[in-house]
Amino acid sequence: MAHAMTHASVMEPSPEAEPGAGVYNEKLGMWIFLLSEIMFFTALIGSYIILRFAHPEAWAAPGKVLNIPVTAVNTFLLICSSVSMVKAYASIADGNQKMLRLWLVLTVLMGATFVGIQAYEYYHLIEKAFVPSAGLYGSTFYTMTGFHGFHVTMGVICMSFVTWKAFRGRYTAADHRGVEVIGLYWHFVDLVWIILFTIVYLI
Amino acid sequence: MEQVAHRKHPNYIGVFIGLAVLTGVELTVAFLPWSKRTLILLLIFLAVWKAVMVALYFMHLKFESNRLRILAIAPLPLAVIMVTAVITEYVW
Repeated sequence: MAHAMTHASVMEPSPEAEPGAGVYNEKLGMWIFLLSEIMFFTALIGSYIILRFAHPEAWAAPGKVLNIPVTAVNTFLLICSSVSMVKAYASIADGNQKMLRLWLVLTVLMGATFVGIQAYEYYHLIEKAFVPSAGLYGSTFYTMTGFHGFHVTMGVICMSFVTWKAFRGRYTAADHRGVEVIGLYWHFVDLVWIILFTIVYLI
Repeated sequence: MEQVAHRKHPNYIGVFIGLAVLTGVELTVAFLPWSKRTLILLLIFLAVWKAVMVALYFMHLKFESNRLRILAIAPLPLAVIMVTAVITEYVW
């Protein structure tokens, strides 16, 4: 009997156990993933700086090759989608299912439009023979914007799933972890684009 | 019927307007006839400002616990060291 009680007390979690960073597991997991993403994009940006400083003649002046007005519209669209995402989060935190669905649908649409405009941009650049194999400028441009576009595409797919769950009423004011976690990812993608837009298009 | 007390949220639309205005400033600054070095410093400053606004208000870092904030900014010194080291390679 005494042995059984000792065994049971060992199995129980310590009541003073540290709750990690004070957040639930899914959110902590997403933050750790985003930290690895910071290092991934830093490596890309670092490589870009090395190449650009070493071969400044390989880059055209801003706006000569790349279409800045179209990309500026795309940047604005991504910022708008970040706002709609955070409004979706605020809506469900207040228990408003209808607005949650509306904001999520808008976010998915704007994210998909961003990818569409990027594909349109690529199409026209390739038509002008600006391809990944055209030199350092082309290869770094397509690597950086391509990886970002891939992240946006993954975000749109994951958010479509979250939206589908929202339409099935799976999120409540008390438990809306899925919305918050995909929101963190989406805002991070927006944040990375803010940096890339400046480095790749404006400088 | 779910009864929920409405929380007070940050002014997201205000942050959005700030981001839109800063984007407009960036697009204007990028084509000013200033020295390349000044333009680069100014444009990077504006981009970092926007990125910090997104992290603080949309990712709610401003309202998170100190432990999560420390976790979130942990890789930034490494990122800054890496980029600075790379740049200095070509400056000196």
